[in-house]
Amino acid sequence: MTATSQKGTVGRRAFLAGAAAAGAGVAASSGKAASVTARADRAPAATLPSAKRVAMETRLPAATAPSKNAPGSDFMVDVIKSLAIPYVLANPASSFRGLHESLLTHGGNKSPEFITCMHEESSIAMAHGYFKVAGRPLAVPCHGTVGLQHGTMAVYNAWCDRVPVIILAGNDLDAAVRPPGVPTIHSAQDVNALVRDFTKWDDTPVSLQHFAQSFVRAYKVAMTPPHGPVAITLDAGLQEEPIRDRERLIVPALSKIAPPQADIAALREAAALLVAAQKPVIVADRLARSEAGMTGLIELAELLQAPVIDQAGRMNFPNTHYLNLTPLGRRVVADADLVLGLELTDFWGTVNAFIDNAADEGHGAREPVAKAGTKLIAISSVELLTKSNYQDFERYQSLDLAMAGDAEASLPALIDAVKSAMTADRRAAFAQRGEAFRKAHTEMRERLRAAAAVGWNLSPITTARMCMELWGQIRGEDWMLASSDQFQSYWPTRLWAMDRHSRHIGGSGGYGVGYGAPAAVGAALANKALGRLTVNIQSDGDLMYAPGVLWTAAHHRIPLLSVMHNNRGYHQEVMHVERVAMRRNRVLKETPVGTTIGNPDIDYAALAKSMGVWSAGPISDPEVLAPALKKAVEVVKSGEPALVDVVSQPR
Amino acid sequence: MRRHFLALALTVACACLAHDGAALAASAERGKTAFMHAGCWQCHGTAGQGSIAGPKLAPDPLPFESLSAFVRSSSRAMPPFREEVLSDEDLADIYAYLQSIPPAPAPDSIPLLKE
Repeated sequence: MTATSQKGTVGRRAFLAGAAAAGAGVAASSGKAASVTARADRAPAATLPSAKRVAMETRLPAATAPSKNAPGSDFMVDVIKSLAIPYVLANPASSFRGLHESLLTHGGNKSPEFITCMHEESSIAMAHGYFKVAGRPLAVPCHGTVGLQHGTMAVYNAWCDRVPVIILAGNDLDAAVRPPGVPTIHSAQDVNALVRDFTKWDDTPVSLQHFAQSFVRAYKVAMTPPHGPVAITLDAGLQEEPIRDRERLIVPALSKIAPPQADIAALREAAALLVAAQKPVIVADRLARSEAGMTGLIELAELLQAPVIDQAGRMNFPNTHYLNLTPLGRRVVADADLVLGLELTDFWGTVNAFIDNAADEGHGAREPVAKAGTKLIAISSVELLTKSNYQDFERYQSLDLAMAGDAEASLPALIDAVKSAMTADRRAAFAQRGEAFRKAHTEMRERLRAAAAVGWNLSPITTARMCMELWGQIRGEDWMLASSDQFQSYWPTRLWAMDRHSRHIGGSGGYGVGYGAPAAVGAALANKALGRLTVNIQSDGDLMYAPGVLWTAAHHRIPLLSVMHNNRGYHQEVMHVERVAMRRNRVLKETPVGTTIGNPDIDYAALAKSMGVWSAGPISDPEVLAPALKKAVEVVKSGEPALVDVVSQPR
Repeated sequence: MRRHFLALALTVACACLAHDGAALAASAERGKTAFMHAGCWQCHGTAGQGSIAGPKLAPDPLPFESLSAFVRSSSRAMPPFREEVLSDEDLADIYAYLQSIPPAPAPDSIPLLKE
């Protein structure tokens, strides 16, 4: 954006310089210092400026002494530093050039450090991935209007995934003094309106003290569960304005944040129902904000000997635990007499099924999964924050008990209530059903291993083989999977040892494509400080939304192993078009046009290499995959990003 | 009526396969082409190995009668493939292809799949 802005300015100056030369020529030839205004009867559409005007506009400006007072953006940096925000992620832009300069000079480019990004969708998604590892929000400046427009989908993902990101929306509000041309085009009355429907809070500070209050408030709002993105307008004038009296400016202290717990009486009621139930099931989606969430869920499940279905919005429950029956999810829910939903995105979809078939004039069929009379209980912080326009609240599900509160914060009280409600008889009954779950878990693992073996030597390589070859290279490390494995048939969350909270960060939340690559880079940035190996199974379509994030990883030496799941298509859409054609009894002569990413095939290894990322591939022979992955792990452990392109089966 | 006819035709085809595969002249090679052309691979994988989008079809496919009945009249997420878009001959060839797929290795024979 800066480049565009400068280009506009240079163009105008070049025009004026040209006009000055022409004017001088006219003056020299006529011997008069006359105006170059054309006669009215031959007046062009736009008249040339006078020599006086030209001189005024092209002369070098008189030297202006810098203000003795520091610029307002220095104070803004002080505010940002007070919250120990480690990184600022951004494309550079004229609307926050003042802050940018202050970050580098006044702030010393440390805490926060400026990370150069190549798309606002990438910078926001990087902050998204970073938070899910580090638990700390990052600040993301976005250029006025166009920059934030680029970033909106990533903001929506963060909103749906309940992740805090602090957007700083550059703007130049004062029409009387802001530069004409591009900077004015890139200004808005209310730039935050772009994202207001899917941010928790926003503000437009008009003074430095106002900025300090708003920024600290924004941090607090974003970090209070349910977490969410916030937006603060960063006025260009305010950044430049000299600080008149620094002593009078106050950086407010951040309040200690306590998450909201569900009502204690309701928790006791839920505990009584859980203890009385014959076949309770616990379903968790965005429950475990931290290791404490997972520990609490294990304690609750073991107390009740209740199976757990992990919907994987967060890493909620170890897949190595015998009570984790996630792959049997529908069957377990169908057999239940009580379903406890913890931070579910879609309770309706948990206890009902949607069949995408031709029923109901092509709208598909809806059918219950849970039996009639099954008790349905929810703890969800999202009940505390629901907006109207965007439909991320999903289909309405009637519940027997709906508790508004943060599930992780509510678990200790729920566990205590379950212990209080427990009787010796019930404890004995629970132990019996626990034995059945041990057997079911063992048998389920056997079936999964057998399923993974099918097509083991195929080319294109099966997703099971690809994932298990990767597993073979990382299993001895402190590793994290920083991508959703939905498109790889969930092989990692089924067969890798997902035994602690730091193993996985879940998905995008809003299912906006283009999230995967930058979120993984953000997660890797956080893991870099922890010495943890970050792996990303990267969908091809997702990478191509904004592949420049690979350059960011190389430039800032962010160690990330990306393994391309290169199925050469937007595969979800392949199946959608095929399904509709079959319903209509029509023949598609080839894989649906508009859904494939081939002819020419994209060389992802070459793409990565061009941006300074070590790479290998394309690999379609499963036998040569392991050596390439081994080398890639070595590269990543040395502190650099690496990418291995695997030509693979669709799912 | 149409469904009865189809069911009868499929039963006959099945019987042919069961009693004399050669008589039906189903071709695994043509079946692989048809499997790809009809888009079966998109959910089930190129060798019918299955995925989260569609169950395993091979090795050891279901009996032809069961498979073909589902293919022709599915009311689930998989759309029905009627004879207008997938001929009986193609379906028989696809079945031959699925039958030709060798057994999967035992998971314990693969070091990466050992517990």
